[in-house]
This record gives sequence, structure tokens and C-alpha cells, in this order.
Amino acid sequence: MSLNIYSIIAIAIAAICTFATRVVPFALFGGRKEVPVVITYLGKVLPPAIIATLIIYCIRNVDFLTYSHGIAEILAIATTAILHIIKKNTLISIGGGTIIYMFLVQYIF
Amino acid sequence: MDKSTLKYAFNRTLPVLFGYIFLGFACGLLLYNAGYNFIWVFFISLFVYAGSGEMLLASLLAARASFGTIAALTLLLNSRHMFYGLSFIERFKKAGKFYPYMIFSLTDETYSMLCATRTPKHLSDGKVITLIAVLDHLYWLLGCIMGALMGQILSFNFKGVDFAMTALFVVIFVEQWKSFKTHIPVYIGIICSVISILIFGANNFILPSLISTVGLLMLFRNAVDNAKQTKSEAIEICH
Repeated sequence: MSLNIYSIIAIAIAAICTFATRVVPFALFGGRKEVPVVITYLGKVLPPAIIATLIIYCIRNVDFLTYSHGIAEILAIATTAILHIIKKNTLISIGGGTIIYMFLVQYIF
Repeated sequence: MDKSTLKYAFNRTLPVLFGYIFLGFACGLLLYNAGYNFIWVFFISLFVYAGSGEMLLASLLAARASFGTIAALTLLLNSRHMFYGLSFIERFKKAGKFYPYMIFSLTDETYSMLCATRTPKHLSDGKVITLIAVLDHLYWLLGCIMGALMGQILSFNFKGVDFAMTALFVVIFVEQWKSFKTHIPVYIGIICSVISILIFGANNFILPSLISTVGLLMLFRNAVDNAKQTKSEAIEICH
């Protein structure tokens, strides 16, 4: 499969799946039917578990056992989290964490 | 379209303007680094239109992930959107022929913006919510295209810019951590991920991890519900 065809199919799948998640409540509960309890339960507890999984996904290829032991990743994640706890501003947290990370991987490690 | 409606909607969306230009810029850069120029980025942002979902797509495209992985991850990452629509089942009907577009464009930011918007009586709520949705989409497109173009033009070393996606998830994580009474779901997510990495390897762990996470969350439903209650009771007693 050529890269262009792969990309077009991949993007179409992502677009359809994104729309699918948004259309579900309108398709299922548009007629004011009751939302099943198990769905509301999963809707509440699934997001934090998924976000934790995704953070691990982002650092899945970091090798903590050999040099540089993921120090850049740990420092940048800590910076992002601390900035967000103190400043509560998404742009500052993401911008600050990313700049620290870019500096660390380009100049230190 | 009258001026006062446009002015009202534009003022409402100003916070999203800054957020989306910035996040879109990072996303456009990621897509460009993954090998997609601004024309690709325009169509991706037009049709996929999901902040974190699109950043994830950039890394999936760069890794040439399988279609099954792309579908599963997109569905799971965006599964929270299933619950956004519940608040707007009646209100979106006011958008008339834009009803399908309103559903399509219900991102995290548009959702919170619409939740917070009580349209003044002299304006049409249907028009206001449609304009808010369209403006947010335009900001996102603008940010993404700027990011892709800058990636192409600047000879700046962008190594490490992909951390923006990690940082976005860390920010969401911190916010959820503070608002949640029990952290059992987070622990389940982490444990399932680590065990899945050890068994399936770093590049195939995500599906088994998410499936076992859903399974364990169902299994420990009582414990999670009880933990939520005990904490809230404890807080009530403190008050």
C-alpha cells in the first residue's frame, strides 16, 4: 500500500471514529430514553484511566534502565504538572513543559 | 447574519481562540514532522477536528500504526465525547440545518464554551451556538495550518516538540486528579498499562491495556462507587 493511500484511509478512520463517539448520545438518547447506569458509570471513571494510559503511551519507548534513564521525560512531566498546579493555565503548562523538554533533548542529553 | 450575534459569539470564543491557535500550532508541527504538509494538515483538521485526538493521530501516522489500532485508540480517547452530547440533545435542534455540524464539531473546548453560554434574550440561541462552533473550528484550522507552515519555513530545530502531546495529557490528568474523589481508576489504568507493556511490548500494549482496564473497572464497580461515597461523606462531615 502506498503511503498516500495508507494516510487517506487512516485519516478517514480517525474522522469516522471521532464523529461516531460524538453522535452516539444523539442517536441513542435523542428520543429521551434513559441512559443505562453502567454507561454513566463508565463515562465517569473511564476518562482518568484512559488519560493515565495515554501518558504511559507517550513515554512507552523511553528506556529507564540505560542512559539517560528518561530524566528529560521525568523532568518535563514534573515541570508541566507543577506549573499546572501553581498557575492553572493550560498554555503556560504545556508551553513551559515542552520548552524544557526541547531544551533538555537538544542540549543536555 | 447580523453583527450583534457575530460580535457576541466572537467575544465568547476569545479564550478558545488563544488556546486553539497554540494547540493547533503544536498539532500542525507534529503532523508536519510526521511527513504531512499544510494541505494534508488542512484536510486532517477539517475532518478529524479533535485536539488531543489529532495529536495522537500524528504519532500514530508517524509510527504507521495499523488501522485497527487507529480506530480503537481514537474511539477510546474520544469516548468521553459520548457524554458531552447528552447535555445538548434538545438545544442543538435550534441550530436547524446545522444540527449535524453541531454534533460533528463538539470538541472539549466547544463543549465547555457552550455549557457556559447563556444566550441573551434578544439574540437567537441557535445562531449563537452555530457561530461559536464554526469560529472554534476556524481557529483550530488556522493554528494547525500555521504550525505546518512554520515547520516547513523555519529551520529551527523542533526536536522534542512532540512532548506537547504528553504535556496536554499531563494537564488533563492534573485537572481530573483534583476533581476526582477516588483515584482507583487511575491506579487501574497504570497497573494495566505496565503489565501489558511487560507482556506485549511497548508497541502493542495499548489495546490489551484498555480492554483489561474496562474489565477491572466493571469488576471493581462497587469498590469505586463506595470510595466515592465515603470520601464525599467524609467531606460533608468536615463541613
